[in-house]
Amino acid sequence: MLIRKPNDIPSSEITPEHVYINRRHFIGKSAGIALGGIAGAGAIGGATAAGWPGRAAAQTAQVGQRDWSTVRTELGEELNSFEDITTYNNFYEFGTQKDDPARNAHTLRPRPWTIEVGGMCANPGVYGLEDFIRPGTMEDRIYRMRCVEGWSMVIPWYGFPLKDVIDRAEPLGSARYVEFKTLLDPEQMPGQRARVLDWPYVEGLRLDEARHPLTILATGVYGQDLPNQNGAPIRLVIPWKYGFKGIKSIVSMTFMEQEPFNSWKRAASFEYGFYANVNPEVNHPRWSQARERRLGPNCGVFRCEQIPTMLFNGYVDQVAGLYAGMDLRVYY
Amino acid sequence: MNKKRRILLLKGLVWLLGLAPAVWLVWRGFTDRLGANAIEEVLHRLGDTSLIALLVALSITPVRRLTGWNILAPLRRPIGLFAFFYLTMHFLWYAVIDEELALEFIIEDVIERPYILAGFTGWLLLIPLAITSTKGWIRRLKKNWQRLHRLVYLSTGLGLLHFYWQVKADTYWPIVAITVMVVLMLLRIRPRKPGRERERTVAAERPRQEPLAD
Ligand code: HEM
Repeated sequence: MLIRKPNDIPSSEITPEHVYINRRHFIGKSAGIALGGIAGAGAIGGATAAGWPGRAAAQTAQVGQRDWSTVRTELGEELNSFEDITTYNNFYEFGTQKDDPARNAHTLRPRPWTIEVGGMCANPGVYGLEDFIRPGTMEDRIYRMRCVEGWSMVIPWYGFPLKDVIDRAEPLGSARYVEFKTLLDPEQMPGQRARVLDWPYVEGLRLDEARHPLTILATGVYGQDLPNQNGAPIRLVIPWKYGFKGIKSIVSMTFMEQEPFNSWKRAASFEYGFYANVNPEVNHPRWSQARERRLGPNCGVFRCEQIPTMLFNGYVDQVAGLYAGMDLRVYY
Repeated sequence: MNKKRRILLLKGLVWLLGLAPAVWLVWRGFTDRLGANAIEEVLHRLGDTSLIALLVALSITPVRRLTGWNILAPLRRPIGLFAFFYLTMHFLWYAVIDEELALEFIIEDVIERPYILAGFTGWLLLIPLAITSTKGWIRRLKKNWQRLHRLVYLSTGLGLLHFYWQVKADTYWPIVAITVMVVLMLLRIRPRKPGRERERTVAAERPRQEPLAD
């Protein structure tokens, strides 16, 4: 039984710890890996929000069970280190500086966790995290991540296609969009005490974007569970869109007819739109999007070259069809 | 301790505090503590330090008036010059390290991005002040020196605008900085004082031949 109605589940039963731990077991057995590597799940050197490895230990070479040192993107790009990925990011629920999430996210309790699926679909209900993830669907996905602020990384996510969940929810024919929400709990997310954004964080996708094979729900990086600061226990990754579309610590998914009103659009609609596709031709009103600073192994204190930004973040062949006939300047 | 020695001591303190942010950055650089985006980190910390130094320089006179600690007056010049030093580093870091002297991008930034234009103008306006901060220039410019050095308000105002405009959503620190500036400006509005009292204050105020505007 993959989807259960909320009132079918006694609260004691929602995602018991051992079930979650078992998850690793079944994933380890069945993972089919996109890049032909080894499943990264399983016994992993303690990378949690509370204590990730120091810089030396975290250098890309050997995190988890896979030898990551030779892994490259399809364009030959090197990966960012585990430390870069987990100490420099935006997660305003834990503060607005890039190092705030790593410092503050220890208050988040990612287990047990449930996700409510609702709105216009045949199978609404509440999933325990372990039910949400179907055995055999987990894989490593090496994606570029382009932040709207002008920096980028290459991140080996660990996750599964969002389509898998959507198919099980069976959206109605009239549903055109899916909306996601982050946990709202200032106790766990102290950044929510400041009204920097209109909490909870909201994001959304058109259903065809959501079903696209590149769109994934990630539960890990480098084959290990997501540290809290990166959106544990489950987050969205849409590699051809700016990073802010990748909503973190998701608690709900709602199918709807109208376009979801995402948080950053709500905060400044002239600057951030619903689509937020990476596009070097469409500048942010306050800065250029033509280039990006690729953080990582080739980026030092005095030199960190800016590289040209690619249309749809380099995934143009895969996703351009979604936007045929649309004026990307209008639908930014 | 006589006055001269106390001034010397205070100046030494200003130098220590003034150099600390630079030493701190260099240390973090050598020990790999600048984070994944070191260039941005340095740029931001240089920006913060400049703005704080400007606000501290502007607070000397109001504090002196409120407390009567005229001994603080000679600190304005070194603090102002530290502000200019960090600001110039901020600009050079942006132009040389961040933009790698790519003139077409720098010019585009200055022309098209109001926050850069504001910061750039703020920095340009401070150049003549730094140049004329010596005793010789104070003598040569006489009354005009004070007038010229009032540009520091405009410059700081533009710096605040620059800070406010570049923020994505969290305006907390820009608003704190703007509030400090507003309070400092309000403290400068001198209440009308009758007769001799007023004269005395004015006498105490009389150009102390100390650079960086009043
Ligand atoms: C009065 C003059 C100036 C002041 C007071 C000032 C101050 C600041 C401050 C406080 C910040 C933010 C740091 C942070 O996020 O904590 C900043 C950022 C920045 N400043 Fe300045 N600055 C000035 C002039 C300039 C000039 C002349 C330039 C270059 C032409 C410049 C370029 C930048 C850039 C590129 C940023 C980073 C913006 C971002 O990350 O989005 N600033 N500045």
